[in-house]
Amino acid sequence: MLVLKELRLHGGFLLEIEETVEKAAVEILRRAVIYLPKDVKEALNDAYENETSEAGKTQLKAIIDNINLGESGKTPICQDTGVILFYVTVGKDFGDASFIPAVLRAAVRKATVEVPLRPNAVHPLTRKNSGDNTGTNMPYINWDIGDGDYIELTAMPKGAGSENMSSFAMLTPGEGASALKRFVIDQVIRAGAQPCPPTIIGVGVGGSADIALKLAKKALFRPISVRHPEPDIADLEKVLLRGINMTGIGPMGLGGTFTSLGVNIEYAYCHTASLPVGVNMQCWAARRATARIHRDGTVEMIS
Amino acid sequence: MATFRFKTPVNEADARKPSIGDTVYVSGIMITARDQAHRRALEYVRAGKSIPVSFEGGVVFHCGPIAVKEGDQWRIVAAGPTTSTRMESYEAEFVEKLKPRIIVGKAGMGAKTAEAAKKFGAMYCDFTGGAAVLASQRIRAVKGVEWYDLGMPEALWILEVEEFGPMTVTIDSHGKNLHDIVQGSAQEKRTEILKILGVSQ
Repeated sequence: MLVLKELRLHGGFLLEIEETVEKAAVEILRRAVIYLPKDVKEALNDAYENETSEAGKTQLKAIIDNINLGESGKTPICQDTGVILFYVTVGKDFGDASFIPAVLRAAVRKATVEVPLRPNAVHPLTRKNSGDNTGTNMPYINWDIGDGDYIELTAMPKGAGSENMSSFAMLTPGEGASALKRFVIDQVIRAGAQPCPPTIIGVGVGGSADIALKLAKKALFRPISVRHPEPDIADLEKVLLRGINMTGIGPMGLGGTFTSLGVNIEYAYCHTASLPVGVNMQCWAARRATARIHRDGTVEMIS
Repeated sequence: MATFRFKTPVNEADARKPSIGDTVYVSGIMITARDQAHRRALEYVRAGKSIPVSFEGGVVFHCGPIAVKEGDQWRIVAAGPTTSTRMESYEAEFVEKLKPRIIVGKAGMGAKTAEAAKKFGAMYCDFTGGAAVLASQRIRAVKGVEWYDLGMPEALWILEVEEFGPMTVTIDSHGKNLHDIVQGSAQEKRTEILKILGVSQ
């Protein structure tokens, strides 16, 4: 903290950039909970056009009406504004980024009052609510290193309905893709109506236990209109989606064609003796927003 | 599929009319209760202590709203249903002892709740999950809040609602459970799906 203070005295760069990052963080939290990403909205409209079950169509109509009402009234589309997960990529020419955790914490407190967000963060065992969405290790920040003179900041307010349906398994390596497909289909059937379908299914394959789940979450950042760059994985995404939508669980689990809007897979090489697979589900209210903040203080809203 | 419009308090005979798949709208009072409120309510009732609200003939709403206080009046910003399966272990006893007629949530409930609905004359309705703005538009006023020490999502919010809906009856008082039917059918399709996906059995 001594270093920060010294730098503040020298030209005020840090003080200004701190304010800018905080403002940008509050803004992406606001955008994330009010406006759904374009790819998700398009997929929901498409589902509404093509859903064959009457019950499913009624649910999709309510979902689309709700999205429109949220946007026009600048109101969070779902009362569960989640726990706040941040993903920060620090450009190599951005400079000192050590102030970011404190600033993001302050931004969450501010957004909780200003947006508003529902105070969701509680102690995991005593269940005591901090009242401001912060606490030990919350908001949680995932770090990455990138190029450029900017940081890229993404907020994902993650609702519990879908997060509670997460799963992980160490599958039999020799079974390969068969084991993966069976696991994903079984998880979708087990989850049923609970993750607020039509869902987006994030699948992380390989790495280690923790990496598979991280990749499953990371997969949810890719727009569902974009397939994995490798054709084999892209095919697997398509095949899994087809299988999931044959379950007939449908919107809100009331029966129908659209159980999921998309399946995104990310993978990492793993030990020859392992096949870790993580599944992270996302509700139809698949909220995320990103801003790029340059060292000179300019802010670009990416999504 | 029929449509029912209820006004609280609802009597047993009326609560026994709808069947799964029917549409329901509610006017009157709805009280939110999630895991913590269910747990505390049952603890109090078992100990012979009174609770600050009455659910008799009423609606228990599985919901943790976003509320803002403007002056001394609360306003609901967003109030969609939460996943009801978390309340499954409490609901049958809740229905028996506190006598609500309508349970509102999302994703359905299990066999114990369905049995209680049949025995005591109650129904469970799905409101579209995540449709919190739609829901909040049907809330006319916050009549009060109790047990706020449980936190904003877990407190008992007493809501005055008008034509709250449309909701789908997924557990009726005749022993039927719509989510179970959909779930069972998905399970039946599993083998066929895995075969189409080329999964070795």
